[in-house]
Amino acid sequence: MRLPLQYNLRNLVVRRTMTLMTAGGIALVVAVLVLTLALAHGFSATLVATGRADNAIVLRGGATSEMMSSLSRESARIVAADPAVARGPDGEPLAQPEMVVLVNLVRRGDPSASSNVSVRGVDPQVFALRPDIRLREGRMLRPGMDEVLVGRKLDRRFEGCGLGETLHMGGRDWRVVGTFDAGGSGFDSEIWGDREAFLPAFDRVEYSSLTLRLTDPARLADLLARLEGDPRVRAEPQIEREYYRLQSQQLAGVIRALGLFLVVVMAAGAVFGALNTMYAAVGSRSREIATLLALGFPPRAILASFLVESVLLCLIGGVLGCLLALPVHGVSTGTTNWASFSEVAFEFRISPGILAIGLLASVVLGLVGGYFPARAAARRTVSEALRAG
Amino acid sequence: MTRYLPYILRNTLRNKRRTALTVLSIFISLFLFCTLRTVITSLAASLESASSARLITRRSTSLTFMLPVSYRDRLTQIPGVEDASWMTWFGGIYIDERNFFAQFAVDPQRYLELYPEYRLTPEEKDVFRRERTACIVGEKLARKYGFEVGDRITLRGTIFEGVWDFTVCGVAYPATPDLDTNWLLFNGEYLNQRMGDFGQVGAFVLKLDDPARAGDVARTVDATFANSAAETKTETEKAFQMGFISMLGNIQAVIYALGSAIVIAIGLVSMNTMMMAARERTREIAVLKALGFADRTVVGLVLVESLLITLAGGLLGAGLARLVFGLTDFTAGGFFPSFTVTDGTVAQALGIALFLGVVSGVAPAWNAARLHIVDALRHTG
Repeated sequence: MRLPLQYNLRNLVVRRTMTLMTAGGIALVVAVLVLTLALAHGFSATLVATGRADNAIVLRGGATSEMMSSLSRESARIVAADPAVARGPDGEPLAQPEMVVLVNLVRRGDPSASSNVSVRGVDPQVFALRPDIRLREGRMLRPGMDEVLVGRKLDRRFEGCGLGETLHMGGRDWRVVGTFDAGGSGFDSEIWGDREAFLPAFDRVEYSSLTLRLTDPARLADLLARLEGDPRVRAEPQIEREYYRLQSQQLAGVIRALGLFLVVVMAAGAVFGALNTMYAAVGSRSREIATLLALGFPPRAILASFLVESVLLCLIGGVLGCLLALPVHGVSTGTTNWASFSEVAFEFRISPGILAIGLLASVVLGLVGGYFPARAAARRTVSEALRAG
Repeated sequence: MTRYLPYILRNTLRNKRRTALTVLSIFISLFLFCTLRTVITSLAASLESASSARLITRRSTSLTFMLPVSYRDRLTQIPGVEDASWMTWFGGIYIDERNFFAQFAVDPQRYLELYPEYRLTPEEKDVFRRERTACIVGEKLARKYGFEVGDRITLRGTIFEGVWDFTVCGVAYPATPDLDTNWLLFNGEYLNQRMGDFGQVGAFVLKLDDPARAGDVARTVDATFANSAAETKTETEKAFQMGFISMLGNIQAVIYALGSAIVIAIGLVSMNTMMMAARERTREIAVLKALGFADRTVVGLVLVESLLITLAGGLLGAGLARLVFGLTDFTAGGFFPSFTVTDGTVAQALGIALFLGVVSGVAPAWNAARLHIVDALRHTG
């Protein structure tokens, strides 16, 4: 025999203040949980979405990021000529060397704050290799000119990055002739210019990396084997997407770990609150419990009833918490990715999965916070309970 | 009020379970609060320890570009510059990527002289100058990996290719505990020779005659190299480090938001408890009033009880935070030079505890004062 759900619902309504206060505490815990997960998710999503599964990026052996790598013109030429590299309609290999440097730019609206931005010297035909990226406003780079394109996440974050503005880097002025949209990937936080104009400006002789299209991603191993056997080159290819995934791993892990630490500790605090509330509920309803027992409801039903009440109470908090966190979805923020030491802009991304985790967490809080008080209620004997009131 | 203290204490102990749960939730929230605030104070402390009597000169484009080592001579001739030295970020990997710590190739002759706050014996300095593969490790790093003088350390270069072997010739002890010592310095000649006398360095460190003139000197330095092949950007050590912190984005805002969320969440919980406690005692309060206790006294009794509970939580939270982070030498993997819970943080945590106590005591106390004795006696708890 079960107690009707209505009984518990009505109890929550009768004790409004208590319900709202406990639910409010749980709501904030759930909101913090949802937000940290959304932050880590947004950050990984940005970097994992960067790069293609059929492109390979070639770095100097031993280099862990493009920033540290250098590749000679000869090495680049040899790698590009490999049979594993796909060819374009004109018969030329789909492989482009790139040069990446970090430039310190001043944040808009705060002249004292600055951050590193990745500046990439690309082939003016760069979109052939990265078809997912498209020009958003303005026009394409002209070879040999002092022109740059800016990723769409940068224009509002840094001085001089808006369309038509001028950036001073490497002792020269560069005009922003266009912006590009890389679909929320890490490229959206980069500045692109003509590689052959960038090399002398940034005092570089060698490239940083070579990006190429594989005829078949499975042939990466062949390419790797051939390059290892070639004494003329010191180059290591890896799948482009994998490279960016590895770049995000460390920081996303840290965000997640910090968030979980916070949430676990806060959740413990919230459980104490829920325990208090439910114990009080059991205490003040002693006579009711006795009456229910006397009416023939088994202790099991009493236990279930109080557990349900506690879960409902926390679930209200969970829903409130999710609602509280929702407006932050899509808010963009940025931080320096330690792996590349450059700024990456990304968005808080709240997915249905994350909301489900938030609600699940509130249910767990309800079960943990309700179990002991519910057990205490169920263990009462009629006479004892009647006397306590 | 002191004479009612036994009564108040007994009240807090009446429902031991509830009091314990409330104290625990306040303890947890204030422990978290102290941890978060220490993140901010530790970042600020690392700035404070940076000297304003030193300037850092780097390439204007970005730190990742290097400057010709020959600039040192011209730098020392600039008025106001007492001494100049250089360092280069090495970025090698020790065993694997997880063991990240800072490594710098430095000018073996002058660098250590510019940083007197890191204590080394004259013998250690002497060996560092003479031995090409000598390195010095900071105290914390030495403790973390158990490095001792004479140990060999092998790094795998990422920016500078190859496998690099060093011999520890000294451990640097910091003059004050808030200084960062999670680093390794090695004789820059080694790097220079192995890379084929490339004559480039990461940044220069300038010691000033008079810190008050830092701004002027910095401008003169940058003007000296303006329009040369490698333009410079010079700023105080403090501003230089501030640059790194600003790269983290608005971490302070995030921490403040989290901190307030925690305090509010737990504030709600403890208020709730106080109200429960007072409601249960309606009858008793009525009896007190019937016996002739003034409203003032009754309000005081409820308030003091609530303050006792929140303060107990606050003391536990702040005390434990201080103890835990003090004893464990927590630095978040070397991210903070030292993670010290300051007196200010403890004071703030106790302040919040007091505030929570007042806020959560006021409503029930107010109710107690307004109570009509007759109604209250009829009340069933």
